[in-house]
Amino acid sequence: MQEHLSILLVVIPLVAAPIAAMLPRGRMPWMVTLMVTFICAILAGMQLWTVVHDGTISYELGGWAPPWGIEYRIDAVNAMVALIVAGIAALTLPYALLSVEKEIPERQIPLFYSAFLLCFTGLLGITQTGDIFNVFVFLEISSLSSYALISLGRKRQALTSAYQYLIMGTLGATFFLIGVGLIYSQTGTLNMMDLAERLPEVSGLKTVHTGFAFIMIGVALKLALFPLHLWLPNAYTYAPTVITIFLAATATKVALYVMLRILFTIFPDGFVSATPTGDLFILSGMAGILSASIYAIYQMDIKRLLAYSSVAQIGYMAMGIGFASAMGVTATIIHLFNHALMKGALFMAVGAIIYRIGVCRLDNIQGLGRQMPWTFGAIVISGLSLIGVPGTAGFVSKWYLVLAALEQEAWIAVAIILIGSLLAVVYMGKLIEALYFKPATETNLAVKEAPMLLLIPTGALVLANIYFGLDTELTVGVAERATQALGVAAK
Amino acid sequence: MTHNLILRVVSKSLIPLIIVFALYVQFHGDFGPGGGFQAGVILSAAIILYALVFGLDAAEQIIPSGILRILAGLGVLIYAGTGIVTLFSGGNYLDYSGLVGSQIAGQHLGILLVELGVGITVFSVMLIIFFAFAGRGRP
Repeated sequence: MQEHLSILLVVIPLVAAPIAAMLPRGRMPWMVTLMVTFICAILAGMQLWTVVHDGTISYELGGWAPPWGIEYRIDAVNAMVALIVAGIAALTLPYALLSVEKEIPERQIPLFYSAFLLCFTGLLGITQTGDIFNVFVFLEISSLSSYALISLGRKRQALTSAYQYLIMGTLGATFFLIGVGLIYSQTGTLNMMDLAERLPEVSGLKTVHTGFAFIMIGVALKLALFPLHLWLPNAYTYAPTVITIFLAATATKVALYVMLRILFTIFPDGFVSATPTGDLFILSGMAGILSASIYAIYQMDIKRLLAYSSVAQIGYMAMGIGFASAMGVTATIIHLFNHALMKGALFMAVGAIIYRIGVCRLDNIQGLGRQMPWTFGAIVISGLSLIGVPGTAGFVSKWYLVLAALEQEAWIAVAIILIGSLLAVVYMGKLIEALYFKPATETNLAVKEAPMLLLIPTGALVLANIYFGLDTELTVGVAERATQALGVAAK
Repeated sequence: MTHNLILRVVSKSLIPLIIVFALYVQFHGDFGPGGGFQAGVILSAAIILYALVFGLDAAEQIIPSGILRILAGLGVLIYAGTGIVTLFSGGNYLDYSGLVGSQIAGQHLGILLVELGVGITVFSVMLIIFFAFAGRGRP
């Protein structure tokens, strides 16, 4: 069992997906999905424990030795990302029961959970595999199922936004595949560790540079890196609430992991600094933080506001990558974890409002904070974490990012990080003002607090935001280990 | 289409051949070109030809869409289930060597089972897609 951990994480949800589709309507598909996500979360926890204590796990699929066969290779980086994906899924599922019953037509519920499990399989698969073509396969599994999931949203715009994501996502996947093909043509291998050994010899070739550029653009599209983020606000706004929570907290994180893996493990040392890649990341990060935060301020729809804020947060992570230093990458990995916590909590709390009143526009939610005190509390605390107030998880990652920027003497970057936080104060302030300080409309006075099943997962994520803000040993420790595993040198 | 005698006779004589060829591609895939993916498409082509000539309702009588949905899942389960059986027989995931007696027999059985799973899923998904598009606008 112990030695099969890495494959079980992918196989269990894969087997459960067709079973969920075949089950009768009712709560059975949800039960199966719930069990699977819990088992996976436990397995992912065990996997991280094993990696931290016993070192890298290597698993040969079908007994074929790498580099010929597919290898699953787990070090601190992917073990951590897998735990984020599985943990968020396990927290989303208790929340999903009521929310899905309200938002998805009854006859589609088994298929909904089936698609959810496939998306979960794909995301976990990307984190587990050590084969770059296998990454593409899992990327497509997760993307195709998430297009379907987004299109299930209640409004008609869900269809167009799913279509928009489909086009952009397919472009991204195709670019990724073209890049992988070009690099394969020069090295003759697809195994990541093998690529890392062979690429230094050919790293001067134009083909390799072109392949690198294709892969970067492809992953950046999936990651919604500014200015390739155009699909994200619509997709997050119109998707069913549960899917918004799950995708916002996991999908972009997994794409970011792929980016880190390619930049630092596969491509030879110094490739990032020898090409303008690092500067491009910093530039796009800075532009993303400023423009997306300003866009967020002008949104009337709360989900869209948070979606733009996600684009801005991806900007912070891109900046950390751009510094290409141990400190910067550590900051990126910490923020990757913390952002999953805060966006998960925020979207869950907003989902609770949607559960009660059906919409989430700023002019519909006036005064709801007093009617739904727990939900409001969750929004305030995770909002503070998003801004980066000391004592919350958000502060830790921003602190490390500022340190990384100071280390490089990148004063503009420092200024932009701080301005970004101030802009976050403005847009979160707008949300809190509408919820608490505006007088409640008559219809809103009758609204009751959300059911416990929605509040408990939200509360768990909010507590995690505070816990990881106070006890930084776990996150920073694992992130530093992950940075070492990626092989990023200190500057 | 009901009066097109030639089409009806020709397709009726072609469909059994298509099905036999699909089964050949399926179960000879380990020695010759072919395998589950191609076989599934060929087999679904037989049903699609039947639907084109005799109408959608007649085709749906042969294979109701409820059964197709179960078949689509069943194929994936056969594939993934084979992998799980290999785990219990002591190997890694999808390492067929330990499935039965000798290593060669194990590899042979394993690939046949996996391809059967692929074939069933491809066949049923092709038909689900065809019925979904062809049935648009019907009550």
